[in-house]
This record gives sequence, structure tokens and C-alpha cells, in this order.
Amino acid sequence: MSDVDRVRWRCRRGLLELDLILTRFMESRYGALAPRERDIFLGLLELADNELWDLIAGRMDLPEADRQAMVDQLRAV
Amino acid sequence: MALPTRKFDAVVVGAGGAGLRAALQLSEAGLKVGVLSKVFPTRSHTVAAQGGIGASLGNMGDDSWLWHMYDTVKGSDYLGDQDAIEFMCRMAPEVVYELEHFGMPFDRNNDGTVYQRPFGGHSQNFGERPVQRSCCAADRTGHAMLHTLYQRNVRANTVFFVEWMALDLVRDASGQVLGVTAMEMETGEVWMFHARATLFATGGAGRIFAASTNAFINTGDGLGMAARAGIPLEDMEFWQFHPTGVAGAGVLITEGVRGEGGYLLNKDGERFMERYAPTMKDLASRDVVSRAMATEIKEGRGCGKDADYILLKLDHLGVDVIEKRLPGIREIAKKFANVDPVRDPIPVVPTCHYQMGGIPTNYHGEVVVPAGDDPAVVVPGFYAAGECACASVHGANRLGTNSLTDLLVFGKASGNRVIEFLRENPGHKDLPADAAERTLARLARLDGQTGGESVHEVGAAMRRTMQAHCGVFRFPDMLTEGVEQIRAVSERVKRTEIKDKSRTFNTARVEALELENLIEVARATMVSAEARQESRGAHDRADHHQRDDVNWLKHTLWYRDDDRLDYKPVKMKPLTAETFEPKVRSY
Ligand SMILES: Cc1cc2nc3c(=O)[nH]c(=O)nc-3n(C[C@H](O)[C@H](O)[C@H](O)COP(=O)(O)OP(=O)(O)OC[C@H]3O[C@@H](n4cnc5c(N)ncnc54)[C@H](O)[C@@H]3O)c2cc1C
Repeated sequence: MSDVDRVRWRCRRGLLELDLILTRFMESRYGALAPRERDIFLGLLELADNELWDLIAGRMDLPEADRQAMVDQLRAV
Repeated sequence: MALPTRKFDAVVVGAGGAGLRAALQLSEAGLKVGVLSKVFPTRSHTVAAQGGIGASLGNMGDDSWLWHMYDTVKGSDYLGDQDAIEFMCRMAPEVVYELEHFGMPFDRNNDGTVYQRPFGGHSQNFGERPVQRSCCAADRTGHAMLHTLYQRNVRANTVFFVEWMALDLVRDASGQVLGVTAMEMETGEVWMFHARATLFATGGAGRIFAASTNAFINTGDGLGMAARAGIPLEDMEFWQFHPTGVAGAGVLITEGVRGEGGYLLNKDGERFMERYAPTMKDLASRDVVSRAMATEIKEGRGCGKDADYILLKLDHLGVDVIEKRLPGIREIAKKFANVDPVRDPIPVVPTCHYQMGGIPTNYHGEVVVPAGDDPAVVVPGFYAAGECACASVHGANRLGTNSLTDLLVFGKASGNRVIEFLRENPGHKDLPADAAERTLARLARLDGQTGGESVHEVGAAMRRTMQAHCGVFRFPDMLTEGVEQIRAVSERVKRTEIKDKSRTFNTARVEALELENLIEVARATMVSAEARQESRGAHDRADHHQRDDVNWLKHTLWYRDDDRLDYKPVKMKPLTAETFEPKVRSY
């Protein structure tokens, strides 16, 4: 289900902050992700915009180690 | 070729605040309603709104709809239609209480009433002193509003078509609107949505400018569709700019930074606002600050190798103040400007924020166009609400927090008008034989184009042209050249080519189609701005510094064919109140 075009469209958000970060992420890192990581990323895209931004801006962490690892990658772009 | 067809009583295009409020009204009346959205409803741009919803609840001190009306008329620089403004301000408390009843988590006072926050331009007793009028849910007002309205729609059985893009408006020979064509992104299939009434709530088109606070989805699709179907666009020269968007990114830096003591510097390290506004300095109103910044840049005192931005200095506030009172600013500066504001200033530019113009409507949300001697004849079956519409309540300049008010009031009002229209007009009118022709021709052109232009490059040319020629501060020579240049870009849009012809989630195709909408908005803006020889609200001309009520107290109407312009009078007569006569606008 991690078809790149679908994922790219799901990176279109209501917050410009997310549009910018997620576009950067797609360009610089998405290609190198393992299939399981891609699924985790797609899962994060299901979050509400403000929640996702709080995570990326470091105001919140996730309890699950694998999902948090993906958040850390997003924070780094 | 006939398209596969779905039939609805009403089709709503757009699932932001305006679309969701309208759809709710229709679904709760028992109608069969289809709502199309490019993205999941709660990811619409309304989610970005933080400041709040303006309504004269009077929870924090005396307030009245008439004072709200006065502030709105004055804010609009007298270009707002006073019947629509009265309607909105009178209805505002009702729609806010309704939203509360739907479960909106508003901030509360100790006595349980809705808390209201102060906001620039909100006053008691016709400008005498400030009043707290903005109803908010922390700094998540838009987010909370979308979630509340979405849940309520699900309960009311509204049918959502998520990740569907409407492509064109369908009109018959009489001009009546009978629905839209739309593409399902997942499959690339194109469908006909045959509707007895069609309501546009597609939001703004802030992406026509290089510097924009708007999300990427804000491409003015509704305006493009309307323009291609022969509907004029109203007052497109009026765009609100926010003084401090991060240069090169657009992300908004809140006014709070200057409120806490941050200030602006030019390349000589001069605190230039002292020259433009000796008393208020960096705290002068948005348009004053934006104009000063644009002047500094235009006169060669911008910073950086291209001298094209201004610096916002806040390191002197200290880490503690920055972290405690300006949460999030440090992250935004680091991520989008690559500077840590604790040490270095943030590069900022005046940034496009809000579109005051749009599809012309009356205060019932009915789309109206001139016909014969009548400047406002209803287009049967066609409605618009929210940022894509021009009712016109914002006139030449929007008052802060009035957009969310507009979404709720006109979302509901247009829904009610649709209900009445459907009662009087039972059954679906037949679709004309050529209903899908325009859409299919556009898609075939795009798929068949060879040796064409890159969507990315043409889009960048459009944004650069708009920014340089039609930004915050407008110069006659630049506007004249801008009209030629944007027409040239418009020709290039007709030859865009996409390499990827696949059907499933083809974002390249979507972006090419979005550019076809953006360019209509860009042309409308440039041509309307070039023609308006005065300064009013957000339209600021270097060669005509004053507002000119004798010649220009009128609405612009731009038609796509030949970039033709027409004008119509401002409605100066409110529904019941006395007219607010134009006065010099000072704060
Ligand atoms: C950073 C920021 C902060 C703001 N803060 C405030 C505030 O505090 N108070 C205030 O009053 N205003 C504020 N505004 C302005 C306000 O948020 C917007 O004007 C308002 O949310 C627009 O709502 P809308 O329903 O008209 O459109 P949007 O919320 O933009 O929704 C448009 C909808 O149309 C859909 N759509 C578009 N084209 C198509 C198509 N072709 N096919 C299918 N669907 C389509 C989209 O998917 C989306 O669902 C702010 C704006 C910004 C940028």
C-alpha cells in the first residue's frame, strides 16, 4: 500500500509547516526507507495536522519506539 | 463521451469550515448531499486558524453586533457591502452558540461562558476602546471547528468523496448550474456529479504568490472553475499580507514576537520602523509595517545577497522570554530559516495571507452576475461560501477573526438558500450533451502535450511575477509590465506537459490542473490591480496614495475572456442599520 504517489499526496496538509517538512522528507529520505518504515510513515500521516506538527516540533513524543524513531527522522530534516 | 454519473440533491465542493457548515445544514434537512475534497476534511486549510471567531457575545464587557459591524465596515475601507456585513454581524453570536452546542471545545470563563480574546481592530462603541470579541479554543480554533463539524456531518449522513478533485462547473444553455465534473485521485477516473444545486467552498488561492502563508492545497480551484464557466471574479486586487512570514518559506511568525519587544532591521542595521511610525514603531498595524518593509526592499535596503528580505531581531529578549512567551517560534525559525533566534535575527518578508475577493455572491450565498441593467442577477443552482466567495463582507481588507465568522454564517445561510431553491425546483434538469466537453478537452490536451513546459517552472514564473509586480506595495510601471508578463505566463500554462501519464494518484497531473486554476486567479489579480487607480485597504499604489471615493467606491468584476473588467456599486445600505458613511481610516 506504500505506493509513493499516494504517500506524496497524503503529505498535502492544512498546515504549511507540514507541507514543507513532509516534502523535504519525501525528497531526501523516503526513498531509503524499508517497507516497514514506509508503513509507519504512512501511519503517522493519519494523525491530525496539529498533532503531527507538535511531534515534529518536539513538543510531544510517542510511546512506541518504532514510531518515535520515525518522528526523530522527521525532526532531523 | 458521457461520463459515469452520480446524482445528488446538492454537491458541495470543499470540506473546510465553510463547506462542512453548509453540508451540515443540507444533510440535517434530509437532503442527499455529496461533499468533495482534495484532502481529508480535517486537513483543510481552516485547520491553520489560531486567532479565533469574531462574534459580539459580550462575555468580557459590553458588545453589540452594531459595533462589530462598524469595525468590519471600517476595516473593509468602506468597500464591504453593508447589507452583508450587517447580516454577518447579527448572525455571528447565533452560529457560535450553535457550534458550542455541536460540541466545540471553546475556552471558558470561570462562570462557564465562552472566553473571548482581544484582537486588533475590535472596538466598543464605534472605535472608542478595545473589546474582547474573539471566541477561541486555545490556539487550535480552526482545528477544533473542523473536527466538530466533521463529526456532526458524519452523524447527519453527509456522503464524503475524499481525495477527489472537482475539475469544471457544468452549466446548461440557460446558464443554470447542474453540477461538476471531478476526478478520483485513486483511480484517475473522471465522473459527472449531477446536482440540483452546487455549492463552492474551495477556499483561497494564496499560492499565486511566491511568499504565502497558505498551505499548498490553496490553489483557487473554485475560482478557476467559475472563471472558465464565464462567471466573473470580484475584487481580486485585494489580498491581505502579513508582515512577518519567514523569507523563502512563508511560515507565519506571530505578531506576538513584536508584541514582546522584537523589532525589524534593514541591511544597515537600522530600526527603520522608527521613521515610518514614530509612535507605534514595530507595533503599527499590519499594512503599515508591510508597506514600510516593502519600501525598504524596493529602495535597496533589504538584507542578503539579493537584498530581498528584512531581519526580525529578538535575541535581546533572552532565551527565557523566547521559550516561555513565544512557544514554537524557535522551532519555526530553526526549521524554516535555519537560524536560532536566541542568537540570530530571522529573515522575514511581507507574506500573502488572505484573499478578500472571490466568486461574487449576495448575503444568501447565491452567486450573482451582472445582466442587463441589474448588477447582481442570481445564477440558478450556484452558491459559494467562505474564502472563495466575495459576499462582500471583507471589502478591501479583512478584520482579524472575521473569516471564521464568514465561514459559519455564510455556510449556514447558503445551505438554507439551497434548501429553499430545491423546494421550488424539484427534480434534476437534464445535462446538456456537451456537459463534460471542457474537462475532457483539458485532460486530453495535457495527456497529449509533447515538447511542452514544466509545470514546476511555469508555476515558479507565475509566483515570481505576482510577488515582484503585484505585492504589498504597487508601482504603476511594475503593474503595467506585470500584466504583460502574467499574460505571457498564462500562454505557457496552455502548453504544460507531464511526463508521468499514469492514472493512480498522479500528483503531477493534479498539480498541472491546479496551475490552470491558479493562473486565472493571478491574471484576475494583476489586471484588476493595474486598473484600480487609488489606494484602499490592502491595495496600495505608489502613484495614488489616497482612497478615491468619487471614482473608485465600487467593486471590480474581472472576466476571463479578454481580461475584461466591469464594475458594480458597493451596497451602502444595510438591512436595518444606518449607513456608515466613508470616513478617513485611522487607528
Ligand atoms: C496561518 C493562518 C491563520 C489564520 N487564522 C485565522 C483566524 O484566527 N481567524 C480567522 O477568522 N481566520 C483565520 N485565517 C483565515 C482562515 O483560516 C481561512 O480564510 C478559512 O479557514 C478558509 O476556510 P474555507 O472553508 O473557505 O476553505 P478551506 O479551509 O481552505 O477549505 C477548502 C476546501 O476545499 C477543498 N477543495 C479545494 N479545491 C478543491 C477541488 N478542486 N476539488 C475538491 N475539493 C477542493 C479542499 O480540499 C478543502 O477541503 C487564517 C489563515 C492562515 C493562513
